[in-house]
Amino acid sequence: MKKVMMGNHALSWGAQLGRAQVIAAYPITPQTQVVELLSEMCADKSLDAKFIKVESEHSAMAACIGASLAGARTFTATSAHGLALMHELLHWAAIGRLPVVMGNINRAMAPGWSIWSDQNDSLSQRDTGWMQYYCASNQEVLDTTIQAFKVSEALAVPGMIMLDAFTLSHTYEVVDIPEQDKVDSFLPPFQAKLRLSSDDPRAFGGLTSPEHYFELRYKQQKDMEKAPALVAETGKEYEKLFGRRLELIEAYRNEDAELLFVTSGTTGYTARVAVDALRKEGVKAGNLRIRLFRPFPFAELRKLVGRSGRRVAVVDRNLSFGHHGIFFQEVKSALYGHADGTAVFGYVSGLGGRDISLEHFKEIAADALKRRPPAEEIVWIGVRK
Amino acid sequence: MKKEKTMKLTLPVEEYMNPGHLACQGCGATLAMRFVLKGLGPKTALCIPACCWAVIDGPFPYSSLEVSIFHCAFETAASSASGLKAGLEMVGDKDTTVVGWAGDGGTFDIGLQALSGAAERNEDIIYVCYDNEAYMNTGIQRSSATPYGAWTTTTPVKHFKNRPKKDINAIMAAHRIPYQATASIGYPEDLVKKVKKAKETKGTRFLHVYAPCPAGWKSRPEDTVKLGRLAVQTGLFPLFEMEYGEKCKLSIKVKERKPVADYVKLQGRFRHLKPEEIQIMQEEVDKRWERIVAQCGG
Amino acid sequence: MSKKKTTEKIVLATERDFPIMPMSLGTMHHNRTGAWRNIRPVIDKENCIQCGICWKFCPDVSIYVENEYPVIDYVYCKGCGICAEECPSKCIAMVEEKK
Repeated sequence: MKKVMMGNHALSWGAQLGRAQVIAAYPITPQTQVVELLSEMCADKSLDAKFIKVESEHSAMAACIGASLAGARTFTATSAHGLALMHELLHWAAIGRLPVVMGNINRAMAPGWSIWSDQNDSLSQRDTGWMQYYCASNQEVLDTTIQAFKVSEALAVPGMIMLDAFTLSHTYEVVDIPEQDKVDSFLPPFQAKLRLSSDDPRAFGGLTSPEHYFELRYKQQKDMEKAPALVAETGKEYEKLFGRRLELIEAYRNEDAELLFVTSGTTGYTARVAVDALRKEGVKAGNLRIRLFRPFPFAELRKLVGRSGRRVAVVDRNLSFGHHGIFFQEVKSALYGHADGTAVFGYVSGLGGRDISLEHFKEIAADALKRRPPAEEIVWIGVRK
Repeated sequence: MKKEKTMKLTLPVEEYMNPGHLACQGCGATLAMRFVLKGLGPKTALCIPACCWAVIDGPFPYSSLEVSIFHCAFETAASSASGLKAGLEMVGDKDTTVVGWAGDGGTFDIGLQALSGAAERNEDIIYVCYDNEAYMNTGIQRSSATPYGAWTTTTPVKHFKNRPKKDINAIMAAHRIPYQATASIGYPEDLVKKVKKAKETKGTRFLHVYAPCPAGWKSRPEDTVKLGRLAVQTGLFPLFEMEYGEKCKLSIKVKERKPVADYVKLQGRFRHLKPEEIQIMQEEVDKRWERIVAQCGG
Repeated sequence: MSKKKTTEKIVLATERDFPIMPMSLGTMHHNRTGAWRNIRPVIDKENCIQCGICWKFCPDVSIYVENEYPVIDYVYCKGCGICAEECPSKCIAMVEEKK
């Protein structure tokens, strides 16, 4: 069934089709529509779930953790300061190996208050052990949510799904809603690897000395390393049932490209428009939109960047202060030793929701084609200097 | 010549705690747990945030309790319990009693928001605050449950705690939860009765359990139960129940309250108090007692 | 701990022996807290009135009932002295541990 809906509602539909059983959420612009629709779905019983209307995001994640430990499929959504308030518990969910799935609307951090798109909120959580997906269309949001439940539960690793504030969360697009029984065949009920039960009483999360902590983290990393292959395989399975495949990295006209943009989120779609425009002007441009960011898709990126001699322009709508754009840092480090002769440059743009336009991409292209490597400074695009 | 008779045990016999745990000698918090679990039985799951009980139970891979425990983040006893209860119900377990089990720090201070949220939503959980009147697990720092006059490491003798104890029961009454009660490890039969009553009630139930701490109070380990009784007999910790923030019922009508000085002299944390400071304590206790008695219908 | 009483330390040799998150695998029975004592309670059975108060107030679950009388479990008793203090017939003496 096709329906015109906003990005936020695609998250709600994903949670509903995924048969989330416990939702604990707190409102924050621009996430509110996610939870409002889920509230309605719970009220009219189109979703059989308990909706805990918690009094803060910290309590939201705490409740999700408790519910997941009980063996229930759990979902929540937040943004920016809400995500930041959950920070302590993001560690808890990941290290606790609880497959909570969460939508995060990428919104700029304050002060001053901003409700517009910026990736610092989710990227500053990249070390917590959560999987991270960056989406660019409403259809992708819905499909990713359903697949995220499957991957997270198989690996016992929580996952968050990112939508750009307003440019994705509030944009209306046509979404093909899969049939529930087909989703059920793809995504069976949650079988927890470990769960709290009175039938077999155990203490979970007790004091862990240096004698034991290290092995637990080793296991956590090893399981997370299985994710790229599992996400790809799950994507293929989904395609068989629903006719749509999502890649770890969406490649556009990259094979013969001399200039590769590396982007994420809706910026990745503007990049495609830019690629077409640049090609018309004789520039062999291409785009790689990174969709799975954690765990980082090393093999996929190295394969797609491929031969040496290219110029790679990484566009970051984020910045790790005192360092560089975060996708730039990670792409450059992933390519080190694997793409000799490839020049990688980092562009920071669009912080606080400032538009990254077609003109900006042309500016980036012009710069990347003439900049002398190894240029390590931040190239600021669109700032009034 | 003694008549052979049977031992008359006044509490349920079944134990849900094993020995070998890490509590200090004479620990009141451990007595609280032992008694509460006797009242709740095996189908119980505890959400325990950072507090003494996060450690007493034993480190991974051991546990000394016979019920499930979820060690949760410090602020989250009530929010974790809310989620755990919802999750258990969704997977088909409607019988397990979910308990938020926290110390005074994790209840009065850092956990207060989550507790207030859960109570306002009337989450179907039992919240037990075992109150040893300071952050004992981290080495005796003051909390808002520390009484006037007490020494702690952050309220040393020259700056002893100069603010009254936060009235957590008034806060919980303001949420109009179906059942709340105070209890003391000095009166275990009363405590177990209240636990059983809580178990049969739906919605948010709050138990404030007085749990002396020899290490933090600088009292003799053997005096723990005596202190649990004296606190009630002085009127310092009145035992009562409430439903929906009213219908207050006194559990033990103390006819002639003992002087607060009798209680204070057993604890090193009050040793520095001058007679006029003990008098301030006495007046505060008298006022609070009169208020509770009036609330409970005289 | 799953009701399985483990009396020896649990050894986890490699990462494969670990659960994916810290989850108890046994009880604390290996931790013989009787070693903490300086003084031990000794019950005078002759004067014991079988009231059960000592059993009731032991924080370490180290007083059990056998043939209708209380018995101290010296493997775990920490010597806190609550039982002696609370005994109404004063038939429990706290005696120095022999070194």
